[in-house]
Amino acid sequence: MKLRKGIPVIDQGDKLGFWGGKFGGNFVPETLKKPIEDLEIQFNKLKNDKNFIRERDKYFKNWIGTPTRFIKLNNLTKHVGGAQIWSKVVSDANGGAHKIYNATVHCLLAKRSGKKVIIGDTGAGYAGKMLSMAAKKFGLKCKIFMGAKDIKRQQPNVKAMKKNGADVIPVYSGSQTLVDAVSECMRYWVANCDTTAMCVGSTVGPAIFVRICGWSTSQISRELKVQLINEFGEVPKKIKLYNCVGGGSSSFGFWNEFMDYDKKQVEFIGVEAGGPAKSKKHAAPLTYGSKIGILHGAAQYVNQNNDGQIEETESISAGLDYPGISPLHCFLKDTKRARYTAASDEEALKAYQTVTKYENLRPSLEPSHAFSVAIKEAKKLSKDTIVVINSCGDAYKDKKILEKKLGKKYVKSN
Amino acid sequence: MSNPIRQAFQNLKRERRAALLTYTVAGDSSNKQSLEILKSISSYADILELGVPHNTPVADGGQIQTSAYRAIKNGIKMNDVFKIVKNFKKSKYSKPVILMGYYNMIYQYGENNFLKNCKKSGVNGLIVVDLPWPENKIFSKKCKKSSINFIQLISPTTSKKRLKSIIKDSHDMIYYISMLSTTGGKLKVSPRKILINYNKIKKIDPKKNCVIGFGITEKTISKFKNTDGLVVGSQICKEITRSLNNRQNPVINVSKMVSKLRKKIS
Repeated sequence: MKLRKGIPVIDQGDKLGFWGGKFGGNFVPETLKKPIEDLEIQFNKLKNDKNFIRERDKYFKNWIGTPTRFIKLNNLTKHVGGAQIWSKVVSDANGGAHKIYNATVHCLLAKRSGKKVIIGDTGAGYAGKMLSMAAKKFGLKCKIFMGAKDIKRQQPNVKAMKKNGADVIPVYSGSQTLVDAVSECMRYWVANCDTTAMCVGSTVGPAIFVRICGWSTSQISRELKVQLINEFGEVPKKIKLYNCVGGGSSSFGFWNEFMDYDKKQVEFIGVEAGGPAKSKKHAAPLTYGSKIGILHGAAQYVNQNNDGQIEETESISAGLDYPGISPLHCFLKDTKRARYTAASDEEALKAYQTVTKYENLRPSLEPSHAFSVAIKEAKKLSKDTIVVINSCGDAYKDKKILEKKLGKKYVKSN
Repeated sequence: MSNPIRQAFQNLKRERRAALLTYTVAGDSSNKQSLEILKSISSYADILELGVPHNTPVADGGQIQTSAYRAIKNGIKMNDVFKIVKNFKKSKYSKPVILMGYYNMIYQYGENNFLKNCKKSGVNGLIVVDLPWPENKIFSKKCKKSSINFIQLISPTTSKKRLKSIIKDSHDMIYYISMLSTTGGKLKVSPRKILINYNKIKKIDPKKNCVIGFGITEKTISKFKNTDGLVVGSQICKEITRSLNNRQNPVINVSKMVSKLRKKIS
């Protein structure tokens, strides 16, 4: 299996949509073949269409707000005492997370194809919140599927979705988290694909959704490359990009522009959710060697039992609480372009405390996983190494969990 | 001996009657009870579809999900599904049995190993909901080699070009999904429109047996009696749930329902 240079990774799949011959594909009911094919034709045309790209960039700039900041974390660097620690503050984006890029592109596509309704899944609520924002902006009706457990633990985002006029549909089946929300969303699309567009909230699902999402979030690394050159005059000789990985949309977007660099120069580190330290359950299929299976239309490494039933996950962060992982990351792992590891709930919480203590930055529980590993590794690295963490979400949505785990006083003082 | 699925359709053509296909979930509400249900409804049903429960079913509505979760909660494994079929076939060898499920269950078992066990236990056909054409080309050829019918699905969204290719690659039976819906949805398209699409399929190859599923219930089934066959699934699963909730015997209640369904198309 080989990663090719000079070709965007999203376009390295084969005819049937498999990366490396085995990840991804289109394991979908016959009914969805046609709408997926329509979307493929539309996207393949528009991704090279200058007018469409101009339109996308206009909304990215004026509405989402690009570029998001690239800042040095001076106090944290001093405290850790090793590599220089920087952060790409993607949570600056309108709505507070990277999910806005994919949501905006899907709404632009839906609008062009004449669809009136757009549906989407959500875990942490960011994908849902952003889709509801974009739908409102572009005059589309919006339905968001969300696990009942997630609705309880991510109330601020639920309120935001409702405020934007979206229907939030609670999903009570299975573990009542993201995996069930995606299933229910796909089921709804099966029944309504003639009138409704679907937005999959991450780089998961049938191949076309993986590609559209990866194409959209790549805005992050496009900006970062420019910012690095502005700051250092070039892409630094030793740079490490840390990102949390749930479905894998923010990390893929954070890395994409640097894909062709040697990994000795630009290293990618994906941090999965290890779950509670004492629990056997986790959401880290790459770190803990899960087998390849089919989930939500794509072949990927996925937590499952011997029979092929998808296993329940456990993580403090709803956004990473997913048993599978993007086919793109399976491909990056097996081609050894990226390295994957996991942080536990406790480690993520500790990293949140450390970052908020030293910096005026409030990463949500998802990027706190990446901070945890980055802080640990930065200690052992030389001063000329640049460590960049994608702070892809804001902790406002985690207020309730943080209060419960760390005490009210701590959260308020930050 | 010819495949029992083909044989069943041939016999029914002589009787000038549509085939009645039932769908129940293996292990619902227990392995023993799902076997009893199969035995009992086989007096009225012509072909038995047995669902392999899966916990992320992307095409099933509430009723079948409930049945599948019930079976999984009871700990059903793939090998138990084969055992149920094997035990059923001990007494009803010629009654065709089709397994219906999602591809990951086959993938984890290993395609070849799966087919070997299908043959051993007496499975006659397979419906794999999320393995569409052309992704299913290799597997469907393997099925043919093992004398197992791979049943292609066609839906109202299937394009004309696809339709021809799918029918060409199909075996004895084709499954037409009546409308855009998950299983268990209310029939939202007029029977006339469904029959127009059905006839399009039959026109391309009249020899293929085409059954219609999704939205078929006691209320709607008689409108389609001049077709090759009809599948009833969610209504049966719902009846199992209802019986359990009312502390009644699902075997008796489901049998009654299937007998009524049969009368409506006889």
